[in-house]
Amino acid sequence: MALAKITSVSGTAVHVPGADIDTDRIIPARFMKCVTFDGLGEFAFYDVRFDPTSGERTDHPLNEERFNGANILLAGVNFGCGSSREHAPQSLNKYGFKSIIAESFAEIFFGNSTTLGMPCVTLTADQINHLREAVEADPATEITVDVEKLEVRSSAGHTFNCAIPDSARDALVNGRWDPIQELLDNEDKISSVGEALPYV
Amino acid sequence: MGKTLYQKVWDAHTVGTLGDGRTQLFIGTHLIHEVTSPQAFGMIRELGLTVKYPHRTFATIDHIVPTINQDAPADPLAAEMMAALRKNADDFGVTYFDLASGKQGVVHVVGPEQGITQPGSTIACGDSHTATHGAFGAIAFGIGTTNVRDVLATQTMAMESLKVRLIKVDGELKPGVYAKDVALDIIRRLGANGGIGYAYEYGGSTFKNFSMEERMTVCNMSIEGGARCGYVNPDDTTFDFLKGRPYAPGDAEWDNAVSRWRAFASDSDAHYDDIIQINAAEIEPTVTWGVSPDQGISISETIPDPAEAATEVLRNSYQEALDYMKLPGGTPIKGVPIDVAFIGSCTNGRLSDFREAARFLKGHTVAPGVQAIAVPGSQITAVQCEKEGLDKIFEEAGFEWRAAGCSMCLAMNPDKLVGDQVCASSSNRNFKGRQGSPLGRTILMSPVMVCAAAVRGVVSDAREVFEVGESDIAVA
Repeated sequence: MALAKITSVSGTAVHVPGADIDTDRIIPARFMKCVTFDGLGEFAFYDVRFDPTSGERTDHPLNEERFNGANILLAGVNFGCGSSREHAPQSLNKYGFKSIIAESFAEIFFGNSTTLGMPCVTLTADQINHLREAVEADPATEITVDVEKLEVRSSAGHTFNCAIPDSARDALVNGRWDPIQELLDNEDKISSVGEALPYV
Repeated sequence: MGKTLYQKVWDAHTVGTLGDGRTQLFIGTHLIHEVTSPQAFGMIRELGLTVKYPHRTFATIDHIVPTINQDAPADPLAAEMMAALRKNADDFGVTYFDLASGKQGVVHVVGPEQGITQPGSTIACGDSHTATHGAFGAIAFGIGTTNVRDVLATQTMAMESLKVRLIKVDGELKPGVYAKDVALDIIRRLGANGGIGYAYEYGGSTFKNFSMEERMTVCNMSIEGGARCGYVNPDDTTFDFLKGRPYAPGDAEWDNAVSRWRAFASDSDAHYDDIIQINAAEIEPTVTWGVSPDQGISISETIPDPAEAATEVLRNSYQEALDYMKLPGGTPIKGVPIDVAFIGSCTNGRLSDFREAARFLKGHTVAPGVQAIAVPGSQITAVQCEKEGLDKIFEEAGFEWRAAGCSMCLAMNPDKLVGDQVCASSSNRNFKGRQGSPLGRTILMSPVMVCAAAVRGVVSDAREVFEVGESDIAVA
């Protein structure tokens, strides 16, 4: 099956504040009692979106009506740290996010997101702050994550150079972000490496 | 210029370079469990694929297992996951250390215990604490579920090579200071994101003198410092641990295996991308005060005051952590009341952890109002502890002695905090809500420090509570 070439993602954005947002925060463990990823979208950031005591909606940005439909997430340092659970990017993706911009990403989260075709690009804290101000002033501000040109642009007039590892950029823009077919194609080489390893 | 163990293992397992520039890496050992594998099995079924090397795939069940009545989860979702793993292991011919086998346990305890974890190998598991296996000189990665699919179907995965940072700890730890404190100290120094892009090689005389279990504790928490894998070079301590274990090479192959394993150790002139030097004698019993594992202080320090933070970003992050923890900045961490004490997990749920904790706990009693639970990391660990009568010491002190599982580390089973309870925990993560209550508060520390907190009912210096002296250097 040919994969889509993901050269850029455009849409509105929402900023989720804080450093070291871990994957337990993104999807609490109790929602991982499942044998498929279906339906995880509604549990994204659940314990910060709903007051644990009253069950009421909190003032979390994802609860603000003006950010409904945002498909780009703005975040801070070390986003997605902690548990390797793919349930985290799956839940964000199913919630509606198609790209994440952060100061930095935890590696396993980054890899899991890329494999879903969800580009994660980095900008500086200042640049993210400019975008945050723009979307908070006008939630209709359109942001484009241009993976091919390594740029993030906004309808408020920003153009920033963003970063993403070369391999992830290549995989996204060339439509090979899910590597399974390529891995399978090298069957002979896999067998010969396996045969050379005494413990296998 | 010599090579690091990381480079040698990487080279020996490289299948080729993929179109996007990443390496296709052969994964010699694939460990799976019930939470992150069912979707992957679903994917290979959907794609009409199968498990390529079932004999290199090992399953056990840990995250959702109740620690009372292990095989009878009241939660139907847990029962469904249990049934799914059993079926998947059966359908694809994967070795499964099931509850009835007597070998079940936390996946990162089971691998080493069975001798599956070996030097110079690559290991992957859908769990971020897979770095634990690096203690044996393996390169071990935590992976996501789509990667689990890739490894099931091809025994390989796409990986970007990492830089290598040598973390050299030299000298002797002071009495009452443990491997857990070394891990928390490293993370405190380098930050929760300090290891992004790196594999950590742990070296120096402190690691040389560590037991395998101590090495596992530190490697386990590599991910808490942002490093996807961490390892210790294999040596006689490693080989002695492995000899005679069910999946270790037999007598006929042993000598060959040892010389092969030895050759994987980093060369003395290996190049490192970064080197950090730490003096073991400076490390104190360390506890966390916030909601990230790098928010740690020594037991005698005060909780940071946000007003004194160096930057606004830091100030905000301190304040957010303290608001959640309901702790005032600028006050001692010692004396903070606890509700729950937990000893267990893939970080500190091994025989030596319970031995050392029991050595001090003996003759003491858990403070009124504190719920204390001790959870062995595997069924085999449980039996070993029980043979030595450790379970009785814990029970007499007022701990509950439970059956093997992940238990209160991650809240996917009945062991959870309630409301805003504070837990003195030997586990690895103090994230908001990590232990099952969205308001629950976790203070990470070594098992002996957990005992001290349990006995006093407040966060305490174990050296004072148990009158730890010069003769009490950790025995492992």
